[in-house]
Amino acid sequence: MFFLQEATPDTSGYMIAGYAVAFIVMGLYVFSLYLRNRNLQQDLTLLEEMEKSTAQVEAKQPKPKPQKPVKSVTKKRPQKQP
Amino acid sequence: MQPKPTLLKIVDILAVVLLGISTYFALVKAPTELVMGQVQRVFYFHVGTAWTALLGFIFASVLSVIYLITKDLKWDGFQVAAIEVSLVFFLITIMLGSIWARPAWNTWWTWDPRLTTAAITELVYIAYFMLRQGIDDPDRRARFGAVYALLGGISAPITFFAIRLYRTIHPVVIGGSNPEAEGGFSMTPTMLTAMFVALIAFTFIFIDLYWNRIRLGNLQEKVEQLKLKVML
Repeated sequence: MFFLQEATPDTSGYMIAGYAVAFIVMGLYVFSLYLRNRNLQQDLTLLEEMEKSTAQVEAKQPKPKPQKPVKSVTKKRPQKQP
Repeated sequence: MQPKPTLLKIVDILAVVLLGISTYFALVKAPTELVMGQVQRVFYFHVGTAWTALLGFIFASVLSVIYLITKDLKWDGFQVAAIEVSLVFFLITIMLGSIWARPAWNTWWTWDPRLTTAAITELVYIAYFMLRQGIDDPDRRARFGAVYALLGGISAPITFFAIRLYRTIHPVVIGGSNPEAEGGFSMTPTMLTAMFVALIAFTFIFIDLYWNRIRLGNLQEKVEQLKLKVML
């Protein structure tokens, strides 16, 4: 492309495009990190609240009394006489 | 989530400052190349991002070996973070190369060995994330991901050495010359300084983004564990 040219070509537009692309891609990645972090923080807060409320409900509920062991009554079958 | 460590805050600031300094060196300090003109200035960011991305892919391969030995999911998280940041950096490398190629080679893209291996590397790591998405079991996902990243890591040195091993039109600016190359140039001391500043800057930016991405991964794991606890 630059073969046999006499003066330095004006390629400023490509340079600007190159730097714009580099900064935009890096900026988008940093923004994606920020967004993901914010969403996870929200999830974490919500889940921690849910965990707390579940623990409180469990603490309020009366504990079930231990049941007495029930004697199993089994009728003996009459043995058949031969 | 734990508050941001002071060291990470310092690295955040340092990364932004170094990016500014590198941009200054590339756009102001470095002289205009006589044959290509202003577009040659994208070279500094092109080399800086390529260097960190390829090192990042190799680093991820090392991390996958450590995971396969220890079976500790912590190493899987480190590996995912390294690949994600490297993928973004390598995308910038490819896009900058394409923009430079338009005035230098009169085309946006050509299936030259260097460009082809670079495209394959990028696609290999995009497929890595698709593979991970398809597996629910965390241990299985980590094991498959580690083996895949280990094999994918081979593409990084192949991409680096492609211009030194094959006949290609991509210039070898550092450590060699290529008679077939189009758009090559010899660097002045100021150009060399700008290139090294870019290398240092992008290494710091990589470390900064990598650290932040690891913290994000830890937070994600914490949320998933809490989700399971609340569901049960």
